Amino acid sequence: MTAQHITPAPVRKSVVVNANAARAFDVFANNISRWWPASHTILKAPLKETFIEPFVNGRWYQVGQDGSECDNGKVLAWEPPHRLLLAWQINPDWQYDPDLVTEVEVKFIAEGERKTRVELEHRHLERMGAKADTARAAVDSPNGWGAILESFRQVVEQGGK
Amino acid sequence: MAYGNALTALADPTRRRVFEELRSGPKPVGEIASVLPVSRPAVSQHLKVLKGAGLVREETQGTRHVYSIDPKGLGAIRRWLDQFWTEALDAFAAEIERDSQEGKEGKDKP
Repeated sequence: MTAQHITPAPVRKSVVVNANAARAFDVFANNISRWWPASHTILKAPLKETFIEPFVNGRWYQVGQDGSECDNGKVLAWEPPHRLLLAWQINPDWQYDPDLVTEVEVKFIAEGERKTRVELEHRHLERMGAKADTARAAVDSPNGWGAILESFRQVVEQGGK
Repeated sequence: MAYGNALTALADPTRRRVFEELRSGPKPVGEIASVLPVSRPAVSQHLKVLKGAGLVREETQGTRHVYSIDPKGLGAIRRWLDQFWTEALDAFAAEIERDSQEGKEGKDKP
């Protein structure tokens, strides 16, 4: 193997917010419950809260209105106010899988006194492929990706975006 | 569904090894077969499935067929996550704005 590895491209997103990096990090990580979309959960029950525990190996998890909990992943690096590295451990079967680690890196880059560019990269998506043997049946099931995709489509259309 | 194809294509352990052999760069069938305990026709068959799932590309160089990973592979998963994170970041930015408006009324910003 050479040093040059070719993998499926990661997902990259960025947004500029009117806040300094410290506040952007604080809202993103410590107050994720205030903004995380209610539709973005693998819980069966309606989403009540989302948490990221503020330390390495801390849990990234959600609590439903009925008290049920689900893990989304964990904290791999907690470096306020510049960087947050999360493990996304939800497989294409839409289940938490402790053996699956894809990475979500969030960087907070100061662009002014009260302006921060938040860059997000979700990478190592090919690792989901290794989990596909358990996912095969699920991708077409009512609780699989198709249903989630459909719920997103509805949310997007209702939101008029 | 396309994402189902890509994932099920990679579910086979041997096929995954074929795919991983291409991570170091484009290779002809023979070169992949030489490092794996499977026959050349079997490797060809796996490459055909990977190609069908949009994970690898095939290029003809003279008489050789050279395969490489398609960086746009897993496209449907990426598109899905793209939408997922767009929504999440939009909601995050909206929360910062809402919080800023409240900040103007009373408390100082950190």
